[in-house]
Amino acid sequence: MTESPRHGTSLLAAVWRRAPGRAGLIALAVVVAAAVASPAFLPSPIEQPDIEHASQPPSAAHPLGTDQLSRDVLSRVANGGRVSLAVAAIAVTLSITIGALVGLGAGYWGGAADAVAMRIVDAALAIPRLFLLLLLLAMWEAIPPAAFVLVVGVTGWFGTSRLVRAEVLRLRESDYVAAAHGLGARAGRVMFRHLLPNALGPLLVAATLGVGEVILLEAGLSFLGLGLRPPRPSWGGMIFEGRATLVTAPWATMFPAIAITVTVLAVNLIGDALRDALDPHR
Amino acid sequence: MRDLRVTFPAQGVRIPVVDGVSFDLVRGQTMALVGESGCGKSVTALALVRLVPPPGRIEAGSAIRLRDRDVLAMSEREVRGIRGRVCGFVFQDPMTSLNPVFTVGDQISEGIRAHFDVPRRDAMARAEQLLTEVGVGDAAARLRAYPHQLSGGMRQRVMIAIALSAEPDVLIADEPTTALDVTVQAQILEVLDHLRASRGMSVLLITHDLGIVAGRADRVAVMYAGQIVEEAPTAELFARPSHPYTQGLFASVPRLSGPIQRLNPIRGSVPPPTAWPSGCRFRPRCPIVHPKSEQMPPLLDVAADHQMRCWLAGDSRP
Amino acid sequence: MSRWLIRRAGEAVLTLGVAVCLLFVLMRVAPGDPLSRLGDDRPVSPREVATLRARYGIDQPMLTQFGQFAGAAVRGDLGTSIEYSRPVARLIAERLPATLLLGATVLLLNFTLGLWLGVRQAVRQGRLADRALEFVSLTAYAIPSFALALVLAWLFATHWRVLPPGGMHDVLLSPNARFAARATDLLRHLLLPAFTLSLVSVAATMRYQRAAMIDALALPFVQTARAKGITERRAVWHHAWRNALFPVVTLFGLWLPILVTGSVFVEQVFAWPGLGSLAAVAVASRDYPLLMGTALLVSTLVIAGGLLADVLYAVLDPRVRHA
Repeated sequence: MTESPRHGTSLLAAVWRRAPGRAGLIALAVVVAAAVASPAFLPSPIEQPDIEHASQPPSAAHPLGTDQLSRDVLSRVANGGRVSLAVAAIAVTLSITIGALVGLGAGYWGGAADAVAMRIVDAALAIPRLFLLLLLLAMWEAIPPAAFVLVVGVTGWFGTSRLVRAEVLRLRESDYVAAAHGLGARAGRVMFRHLLPNALGPLLVAATLGVGEVILLEAGLSFLGLGLRPPRPSWGGMIFEGRATLVTAPWATMFPAIAITVTVLAVNLIGDALRDALDPHR
Repeated sequence: MRDLRVTFPAQGVRIPVVDGVSFDLVRGQTMALVGESGCGKSVTALALVRLVPPPGRIEAGSAIRLRDRDVLAMSEREVRGIRGRVCGFVFQDPMTSLNPVFTVGDQISEGIRAHFDVPRRDAMARAEQLLTEVGVGDAAARLRAYPHQLSGGMRQRVMIAIALSAEPDVLIADEPTTALDVTVQAQILEVLDHLRASRGMSVLLITHDLGIVAGRADRVAVMYAGQIVEEAPTAELFARPSHPYTQGLFASVPRLSGPIQRLNPIRGSVPPPTAWPSGCRFRPRCPIVHPKSEQMPPLLDVAADHQMRCWLAGDSRP
Repeated sequence: MSRWLIRRAGEAVLTLGVAVCLLFVLMRVAPGDPLSRLGDDRPVSPREVATLRARYGIDQPMLTQFGQFAGAAVRGDLGTSIEYSRPVARLIAERLPATLLLGATVLLLNFTLGLWLGVRQAVRQGRLADRALEFVSLTAYAIPSFALALVLAWLFATHWRVLPPGGMHDVLLSPNARFAARATDLLRHLLLPAFTLSLVSVAATMRYQRAAMIDALALPFVQTARAKGITERRAVWHHAWRNALFPVVTLFGLWLPILVTGSVFVEQVFAWPGLGSLAAVAVASRDYPLLMGTALLVSTLVIAGGLLADVLYAVLDPRVRHA
């Protein structure tokens, strides 16, 4: 008993139909392709010690210039994309999963557990996510990437849980849920086969927009020195390293920033188009 | 109103939603415009004061005259002057047609002060009088109430008071009772009737419910697919419904008395403006398809002061 | 109304309480030792470390620590900064006005420019200016605030030299200078950080207001209003806009955390002496008490802001008041 186009391909088509969504999909595809293909086509940044060519502006040999350590900015941006995108994808998946589970449980069982859970969620939402991350990460000397992603993911589920809970509450009293119960379905089955599918739409939108949020957060954390350390730079890390040479080699900072902006913009456009497509008032 | 044509854009072209509607409103009379949803009756009413929402457009060739003035030739300011002052509107659902954040008194007095230069206090006093006139008890207290604090019937009375606030000559009621309980419906219709008599107004009653029309309207025009398909005084129409669509409407009303029968709906469904058939638009659903119905029939006389848009009128009738 | 207000305020206090607990739990769960960095610049004996542990209460059991923490927080004692060796509460109090000034400026821009643009765009939906503005605001959303800050700082301070690169005051300006001179100086320093922070939030507000306004304009009572013969301007602003404010007021509650987050970066880049840069310093120097205190204050601000937004909502919407 779903209410709007739900299948993956038809949603994709719906996004494609809208001009902003199409632009977003294309831009994201380019970014992802560049990131995925980067090791095959571009030389690894570590293998390029070439002092003569440090801090060179964009040229034929180095389309995006070189940074102060004479590393090719294009390769670094492409590589950085792999890191940033991977972190975002994994962290968001984690957030969505936890949020969906908590939201389902709280909405379905209600009562004291729900009240307590939502109170905690409210409190957690009051603390800006950046500060949560700062508190958790500040003490670490050198953060292992896995731990970093875990921490980012674990701080991002609160909003999602409210979303899912709202959907569950809306549908809990509906006839077909009552019918399912009448047929003897257990709680788990009801939750996953009947309630969850209806929340998938908003979840998908939240996930898409969440990717943008994580990319920005991760960049910010790197800027504060808390991100993934070199030689495994993400885009934020590149900006962090490029600060000192902002005047002499601005492209080392600019291009990662542009990469971030384009990716986040693309993801937001897709998310907006998705939200539009799922809106019953279409 | 003569030959009103209103078009809306759809898939790149402009499609008529109201297609050549003509009628007269007589002072002191109630005219009923009857039709199913989608036939264009609401748009017709809105067109009277050029309130058709964009991208809709009133096409050239239409003529609207109110109190002997050409509405379509007026400036924007002049049109605003007639809205409320010559024609008052009562809309369908009073819950959504009233602004939830302002008091009832504010909304009525706004209608007054839009056309008369009076201080607030006087406007409020007048609003209180209007509320009493439409049958709202304890009007003084009600002035300060918000729409959500009132019952459905009460809210609709407020809507009527708002419609009356600038002392109009014409009251246009677009499905005034559809969103109300059956018991309240009769009360509201009573109010409208009483006002018509006491103020000498004309009333344009738009509805899909023939039952409302029976004791209340002086004339009836039946609309289908953007056109008027039958028009006659009420008694005459009820006695001799002539257009197949009108007959179908009457036949589909379930009867309380008599043997229990199956419902008699009109076969098929109302075509949207993008899919109107050429020639007679009722042709696909008509039980009697006249041989000439591939051509659009004009309005033909059935009897004195009784016309219909059907070739059958030309044939001799038993 | 007052009953509702009391209930809402009570909920806010409860949420704050839970937030304090959460922060405390985070503090203890976070790996790493706050005192581990002490040995960086000078040798520290184990005895000194033990004394410090006792002083900061790190050696006590969890619940006792929490009791001390919460009790002290209520009394206004947020511990002592390891980096500055001064009470955290004092540091925060010193820095708060600067952040409030910045925040108030951004708020002002938001609720004037943002709202006005949003309404305008809703009325002119679909035209070129609307779509262009839409695109610009979407892009503004996506720019990392620190990158924008860096670019603007470089452009206006280093390259063109028209605005000061950072700080809140010109060091050379005498404290006895005329008010006008001091005010101008302050505005010059405020301009870039405020603009950077505003760009994102004004874009967000504009989009929300536009969407809300488009919805409001389609509501039936707007047609009723027009049918009364009022001017179009009155129909748009008096009737539709009043109803389009609600989502924006809700946005106010959500937007505060975003503003706070942005201020950490922007204040740091522009050396604006507010809470944001204080937090950045705390991070850099692993000054846990300071970081905690800042986080606590920020959360309080967010909760207070949310309460304010709810009150504002109730003032605007009589349906909520009578519920």
